[in-house]
Amino acid sequence: MEILMSIVSGILFTVAVYLMLSRSILRIIIGTGILSHGVHLLLLTMGGLKAGTVPLLGENAPAYTDPLPQALILTAIVISFGVTSFFLVLAYRAYQELGTDDMDKLRGHENDE
Amino acid sequence: MSWLHLVIISPFLLAFLIPLLYKSLKQIHTGWFVLPLPLVLFIYFTKYISGVANGNSYLYSLKWIPSLGINFDAYIDGLGLLFALLITGIGTLVVLYSIYYLSKTKESLHTFYVYLLMFMGAMLGVVLSDNLIVLYSFWELTSLSSFLLIGYWYQREKSRYGAQKSMLITVFGGLALLAGIVLLSIPSGTFSIREIVANLDVVTSSSLFIPAMILVLLGAFTKSAQFPFHIWLPDAMEAPTPVSAYLHSATMVKAGIYLVARLSPVFADHAVWFTLVSTVGIITLFWGSFSAVRQTDLKGILAFSTISQLGMIMSLLGVGSAALHYEFLDDNIYVVAITAAVFHLINHATFKGSLFMVVGIVDHETGTRDIRKLGGLMTLMPVTFTIAVIGGFAMAGLPPFNGFLSKEMFFTGMVNVTKMDIYNMETWGILFPVVAWIASIFTFVYSMILVFKTFTGKYQPEKLEKKPHEAPVGMLISPVILASLVVIFGLFPNILESSIIEPTMASVAPSLLDTGEQFHVHITFWHGFTPELFMTIGVIAVGILLFLTLHKWTKIYHLFPESITLNNAYNNGLAGMEKGSNGIMKFMMTGFIRDYLLVIFAFISTAILITLFTQGGFKVDTSNMADIGIYEAILAVIMVLGAITTVFAKSRLTAIISLGVVGYTLALFFVLFRAPDLALTQLVIETVSVALFLLCFYHLPEFKPKKVRVKFHLPNLIIALLVGVTVTLVGIASSSTKLFDSISQYFIKNSYKEAGGENMVNVILVDFRGFDTLFEIAVLCIAALGIYSMIRLRLAKEENR
Repeated sequence: MEILMSIVSGILFTVAVYLMLSRSILRIIIGTGILSHGVHLLLLTMGGLKAGTVPLLGENAPAYTDPLPQALILTAIVISFGVTSFFLVLAYRAYQELGTDDMDKLRGHENDE
Repeated sequence: MSWLHLVIISPFLLAFLIPLLYKSLKQIHTGWFVLPLPLVLFIYFTKYISGVANGNSYLYSLKWIPSLGINFDAYIDGLGLLFALLITGIGTLVVLYSIYYLSKTKESLHTFYVYLLMFMGAMLGVVLSDNLIVLYSFWELTSLSSFLLIGYWYQREKSRYGAQKSMLITVFGGLALLAGIVLLSIPSGTFSIREIVANLDVVTSSSLFIPAMILVLLGAFTKSAQFPFHIWLPDAMEAPTPVSAYLHSATMVKAGIYLVARLSPVFADHAVWFTLVSTVGIITLFWGSFSAVRQTDLKGILAFSTISQLGMIMSLLGVGSAALHYEFLDDNIYVVAITAAVFHLINHATFKGSLFMVVGIVDHETGTRDIRKLGGLMTLMPVTFTIAVIGGFAMAGLPPFNGFLSKEMFFTGMVNVTKMDIYNMETWGILFPVVAWIASIFTFVYSMILVFKTFTGKYQPEKLEKKPHEAPVGMLISPVILASLVVIFGLFPNILESSIIEPTMASVAPSLLDTGEQFHVHITFWHGFTPELFMTIGVIAVGILLFLTLHKWTKIYHLFPESITLNNAYNNGLAGMEKGSNGIMKFMMTGFIRDYLLVIFAFISTAILITLFTQGGFKVDTSNMADIGIYEAILAVIMVLGAITTVFAKSRLTAIISLGVVGYTLALFFVLFRAPDLALTQLVIETVSVALFLLCFYHLPEFKPKKVRVKFHLPNLIIALLVGVTVTLVGIASSSTKLFDSISQYFIKNSYKEAGGENMVNVILVDFRGFDTLFEIAVLCIAALGIYSMIRLRLAKEENR
């Protein structure tokens, strides 16, 4: 199972990197979104996917899944959401001001300070 | 703090006062306030002569950075005293000369004298320091003050060029010197020259000895304008003439000579030292005198002449080092080379200083220094002419001036090289006297050009800017004093023998002396019909012949094309470096984010993959893994399909929706992998994110609905695949290697007991690891504030209104 999940997150990384290398800002943001999904999946996989009950003590099960990676992922989800939304609004404002979402046009000039 | 320390730093202290004096006492030439200091210092240093002549030396220590072994140790012995006397003595004369040379009204005198005093103090520090780091500090101060003085007329482009060139070359050498000093201090564990000499065995047996020697020599050669680093000196002639006379003939360019002489006790026993110092010196001697003949600018002639004479002193020091191999001989014929070096050092300072001042006077009174415009000034400027004859003939090596004596000794030293039975000198040694002889002929020729082309021949008043007349008395005092010294040292060389030359030799080659013994030098005009005498006669005869047929053979200078000169190599090298770094920057820094990302991703992946496989970190171990369930397999397929759709999506809307698919599938994965809190959060956040994406999408240009696919780009794909493969391999490798168990058993056991909660994930978030959550909240707050201010603040537009 871990191997399958590693491959899936590998594919997510490939897609994300490919999108991040494109010219449109929106695609770059989509790329970062997929990248964070890949990272979260990878974090969960690294923690081990062995069968166990949900980490709620009320279940009284003999084994629980590892709660620590889940806590880490939860933090990561929230932070990446914050960054993504900031980034989106930045792109929106950049488009409003500059009239383009093409990264190649946003490179500036040598003489600009 | 002793008097000697105060003496060394006194020029710096006075430099602080100069601008004040300049501003407050405008009617008096600032130079008069400077003049007493070098004079007093000169008198102070003469006090030491008798003690040093008796073989004493004086050491005054002052702690500076004791924990690093760096102390301001002022040390006076023969060599240091000789240089200190030169610096202060010629310094006095140069200041006096500059008072009449520089205009009170037109020049910014305060900066001039501040730089000059800074230089004087730095130079005194160089020659009187025993600690190598202190020596280096003063060494760089001389480079810096020389830079400032060359660029004194900073409005002129050539001054700036010359200043920059000398700065680059001497600082290059200075840094090499620093490296050499550090290498030298590693085996001996001290920066003190005396202690290094005392522990010489440790230093010479170290593998760092030869690198240290070469680096130190690099510093000495660049400072003393040795071939091929001599190119800065002719361009430094853009400085005011007093500066050229002081720095670029008498003192600073001799700092390299000083260093070679000072460190001779450390290095001179080694064959590399002999070879490098004597060969570089003799090449410089020849090249300098050969190039001087073609110059048409008087200061240009003197610059190349200085280069040539410095090469001569350097080669003498190199040949003199051979004396150490014959210390068993009663009559050590190689010692004469050291004597000649020391003697010529003094002589050169006197006649070159006076010649520079003569040239300054000519420049000052006629408005030009071009020998093609000058001529027939003899009757107009008789005193200047007399000084020029004395200086020029001394430089050419004619009797009865001091240059004759040192040139004879120089020939003796060079002839003795052929008698050497070490370093293959039986065969190659003959080159030394031959090259020296040819170089002396050229020296003779340019000295004659300097004297006769300027003062005799046709007077061409129409070419001169001013009507020439004799210089004011004040301007003549200094060159007259120097010229009389030339004659005095020429006629009575014995006044220098025991007082200056012998103790200096004792500091250059201490190992030649038994304890309590002293050198005994006797310099005479007449020493019989020796080869040296015939060489001098030959020099004069051939020299006169060449001078009279000058216009016939000077064409050979045009045989070399301009493009292969060293100056050209320097200029092209500098331009090439600028162009090269510019090219690299242009190539690397394209301004496209995609290019930078490509490099970053490629580097990270390659580095990880290489580490993974070279360190044996990759292995597959399925024993501890979970089985693949049917739901997970289906979800994996959906997720992969969703992800791939984002790439191939024709419209952005499709891409956004398939991103949503990936996010929701992830939430389902969280459900399957028993993470209810994650699933909840992921669902909510994915919804909000997709809404945000749609919002942005909605605001995208309607007039530019280019719903094109991402253009295919092979490098992007390769890098993307590389990153993907890296992540997969790292994922597999790390789930296969569990070095230790998880710490989660602690959380499972203590969640309720310690924290009173049954939801372990939430307990970790708010209790065990609450700080993470605190700052995660901060991140959200900052993001929210940032978004708010981004939308609200429209500074640019308001300004436009």
